Amino acid sequence: MSYLDRQGQGGLSSWIFSTDHKRVSLLYLTLMTVFFWVAVGIGIAMRLKHLSGSDFLISARTYNALFTVHGVIMVFLFVIPGLPAVFGNFFLPVLIGAKDVSFPRLNLLSWWLFLTGACLALLSLFTGPGAPDTGWTFYVPFSLRTGTNVSLAVFAAFVLGFSSILTGINFITTVHRMRCEGMTWHRMPLFVWAIYSTGWIQVLATPIIGITLLLVILERAFGIGVFDPARGGDPVLYQHLFWIYSHPAVYIMIVPAMGAITEIIPTFARRCIFGYKAIAYSSLAIAGLGSLVWAHHMFTSGMADLANIIFSLLTFLVAVPSAIKVFNWTATLYKGSTDMQPAMLYALTFVFLFAIGGLTGVMQGALGLNVHLHDTYWIVGHFHYVMFGGTGFAFFAALLYWFPKMFGRQYDPKPAYAAWVLMFLGFNMLYGSFMVLGYMGMPRRYFAHLPQFHSLHLAATIGSWALVSGLAVLFGNFLIALKRGAPAESNPWGGKTLEWTLPSPPAAENFHTPPVVTEAPYSYNPKARA
Amino acid sequence: MNDMEHGQGHIVEAAILLKVWGALLALTGLLVGASLVSPTLAVAAMLTLTPIKAWLVLYYFMHIKYEGPLLRGMVLIALSVLVIFIGMMFLDLAFR
Repeated sequence: MSYLDRQGQGGLSSWIFSTDHKRVSLLYLTLMTVFFWVAVGIGIAMRLKHLSGSDFLISARTYNALFTVHGVIMVFLFVIPGLPAVFGNFFLPVLIGAKDVSFPRLNLLSWWLFLTGACLALLSLFTGPGAPDTGWTFYVPFSLRTGTNVSLAVFAAFVLGFSSILTGINFITTVHRMRCEGMTWHRMPLFVWAIYSTGWIQVLATPIIGITLLLVILERAFGIGVFDPARGGDPVLYQHLFWIYSHPAVYIMIVPAMGAITEIIPTFARRCIFGYKAIAYSSLAIAGLGSLVWAHHMFTSGMADLANIIFSLLTFLVAVPSAIKVFNWTATLYKGSTDMQPAMLYALTFVFLFAIGGLTGVMQGALGLNVHLHDTYWIVGHFHYVMFGGTGFAFFAALLYWFPKMFGRQYDPKPAYAAWVLMFLGFNMLYGSFMVLGYMGMPRRYFAHLPQFHSLHLAATIGSWALVSGLAVLFGNFLIALKRGAPAESNPWGGKTLEWTLPSPPAAENFHTPPVVTEAPYSYNPKARA
Repeated sequence: MNDMEHGQGHIVEAAILLKVWGALLALTGLLVGASLVSPTLAVAAMLTLTPIKAWLVLYYFMHIKYEGPLLRGMVLIALSVLVIFIGMMFLDLAFR
C-alpha cells in the first residue's frame, strides 16, 4: 500500500495530522505552491506598473506594500523552506534507508507552525493599518516609525523561523541516528550532505532573526531603545543581527538546491559523481564560511573600515566552495553519456544561472564596486539570478526528477521543454535587464522611473510575461500528469540511490525490510571511482 | 548506552559544584572589574570570559561532561558560533 492510498478515516484529517514524512512533504508542497503563485502575481503587477514611468495602475503606497509582500512571501514562504521542507522531508529518510525522520511529530508541528506563520503573514496584509511597506528586510528606523502592520508581519516571520529551526533539528538528528546498516558518512548521497549542512544553518542562525524580530516588536510597542537612534539605540546593530541570519538564509536556500543538482547530474550523465568528498565537505564549508559574510550587505551603512575590509575578504572566500561544486559537476559531465531529460536541462540551467548570480555576487563583494551598485536594480537582478535562477530552477529540476517517485505518475516531457524555452528567455530578459538598469543607476524599490530607463523596463516587463507563461505551462503539465499521467516505473531514470529501489510511489514506511548498503552512491562506473 | 539512558543520572560531588560556583563568581568579579577600567576592556573580557562561564555551567551543572562526544561537540559548536558572531559584530562596533 503506497503512502498516497487512503489511510484511517481518509479525508483531509488523514493528511493534516499525518506524521508520515512523505505526506508532510506534500503538505508543504501544496501550501508553498499556492504562496509562490500569489507572489508571482504580485511580481507581475509590479512589472505592469513599470509599463509607465509615472503614475499608472497602482499608487506609490500600494507599490511599497507590493514589493514588501512579494519579498516576504517569496523569501519566508517559498525559497527558504523550499527544497528542505519538500524534498528534504520526502527524500532524506529514504536516501539513508530510514522509515521516517527522527521526530515525526515534531515534523508535523513544523508544518503547523509554517501554516500559522503563513496565516499571520496573510493577516498582516488585510488587517489593521494596512500591509507593511518596509521591504522584506524590515530595516529600522523606518520599520519602527511606519504606521503599517509591521508588528504582525514580523511576528509571522518569527513563527516561520520556529518551523525552520525544528525542521533543522529533525534533519540533523535523522542523519546522525537513522542511517541504515552500511550507510556510512561517505556513502550518503550528496543531497543528504546538503540537507545536513543546511540543518546546521537553520539551527544556529535562525534564533538570531527570531530574537531580532521580537526586539523590533518590543521597540515598536514599548520604545525600549535598542535600535532607535533617538533613544540611544543603533540602527546598524539591527542590520547586523538581521543579516547574521538572513545571509546564511541564502545558503539555506541554495545548498539544498546544490544537493538536488548533485543527484540529478550523475544520473543523467551516467557517470559517478566527480569529487564526492570535495562536494560533501564544500557543503559544510559553505555553511560555515557563508555564516561569516553577512556584513557585505552593509558596506554603505557606515560600518568601520576594518570590518568592511574583513567582510569583503570573507565574501571572496565563500566563492571557493561554491566553485568546487560547479567544477565537479562539470567534471562529472565530461565524457558522460548525457541524457537530456527535462530534469537534466533544468539542472544545467541552474548551473548556468547560478554561475551568473554567484559571480555577480563576488563582484559586489568588492568594496569600491559595491558603493556604486548598492540599492540599485543590479542587486535585484543579482539575487533573482541566485534565488530564482538558482533555487527556483533547482526546485523545478528536483520536481521533474522526483515527480514520478513522489506521485507514481509520469509527466509528458514535451511541455516541460516548451516551458523551459519560455522561462529561460523570459528569465534572462527580465533579470538581465534589471542588472543593466542597475548598472546605469536605476535605484531599487522606486515607484517611478526616468525616461532613459523606460526601454529596459519595457523589456523586463515583456520578459516577465514570457517567464510566467513558462511557469504556467510547467505547473499545468504537472497538474495534468497528476490526473492523467501514465503510471511511473520504480526507476524511470536509471538512478543508483536508494529511493529508486522503492516502488513509485513508496509505501507508508518506505522499506519493508531495512536496506543494507554495500557500496557508494552513483556507482555508474565503479572502476573509475576506484 | 550511557547511564542517562538507563535513567540513573549523575550525582556530582558538592565540592566540585562549590568549586565551579566559586570559579563563576571569580569570573564575574573579573568582568565587573574590567568594565570599571574601560569599555574596550569590558567588551574584550565579556567576549572571552562569558563563553568560559557558559561552558562551565553547561559542562558541570547541565551534565554535558557525562554526554558522548557527539552531543558535547554539538553544544560546543553552537557556543563557538555564538562567540564568533558576536566577536565579528564587534569588529564593526569597536573600530567604527
